[in-house]
Amino acid sequence: MKAAVVTYPGSNCDRDLAVALTRAGFTVARVWHKDTALPPGTDVVGVPGGFSHGDYLRCGAIAARAAIAPAIAAHAGRGGFVLGICNGFQVLTEMGLLPGVLMRNAGLRFVCRTVALTVGTADSAFTGGYGPGAAIRLPVAHHDGNYVADAATLDRLEGEGRVAFRYAEPVNGSARGIAGVLSENRRVLGMMPHPERASESAHGGTDGARLFAHLAALAVTAHGA
Amino acid sequence: MKAVVTVMLKAGVLDPQGEAVRHALGGLGFQGVQAVRQGKVIELDLVHSDRAAAEADVRAMCEKLLANTVIESYRVEIA
Repeated sequence: MKAAVVTYPGSNCDRDLAVALTRAGFTVARVWHKDTALPPGTDVVGVPGGFSHGDYLRCGAIAARAAIAPAIAAHAGRGGFVLGICNGFQVLTEMGLLPGVLMRNAGLRFVCRTVALTVGTADSAFTGGYGPGAAIRLPVAHHDGNYVADAATLDRLEGEGRVAFRYAEPVNGSARGIAGVLSENRRVLGMMPHPERASESAHGGTDGARLFAHLAALAVTAHGA
Repeated sequence: MKAVVTVMLKAGVLDPQGEAVRHALGGLGFQGVQAVRQGKVIELDLVHSDRAAAEADVRAMCEKLLANTVIESYRVEIA
């Protein structure tokens, strides 16, 4: 199975994400934001954390209009997997692939620490390796992770079991503690915590590895590759 | 032709930065500031000569990039 990791000017978790995907068994291609196509046969697109285009205007806003964006949207439209982490989550909301917005942290501070999370649903290729309600720990590092959406959208996300992860402690003021959300077809995941930074024991935690491993197993089933 | 776009958070969207500014103003002794909302002003220099066309274009720019209409509203002034 094949993954493509996009790099924007300012991305700084792109290599980490590529390493985590490679260790899970993916063949990983690196894609530049000015490219206009994904490598043929791409199963999973990774939109990494860090920054993009200085995060000018709004975090992820310029990256969401990059040359590669239509190819990512088309991949998602075909039912392809897309994983956006941190700045990547912001990019996916700005692209309209996921609902809501990531606003400035309620405490106004950049939060950089490992936090406790609960898995909101095990019904996705990303979260199926965790039991529903599983308690895990992943690092966060963001200034704008305060998830905001209107009440109707939040109700719908919860009603449809599309909250992938929730903070189990106060982190950034996110509505209903939301740390990650799934698209309607459950194949696009945006999350503020960094699973790629907790995917081998030298990282101090391996709770993120299960996400990549399960995704790799499912991508095989989906494509029979 | 110039256009000025004002982007503000919609009513009801909590503005943590505006709230921090309000708090700081109170600390400086400015009493009686009930609320602060922080937004953006974007100035555009346009080649347009037709006012209506300029406004239509700038509105399209707001919808596509300059504002995130999930949480922000915008106002366009053509000068």
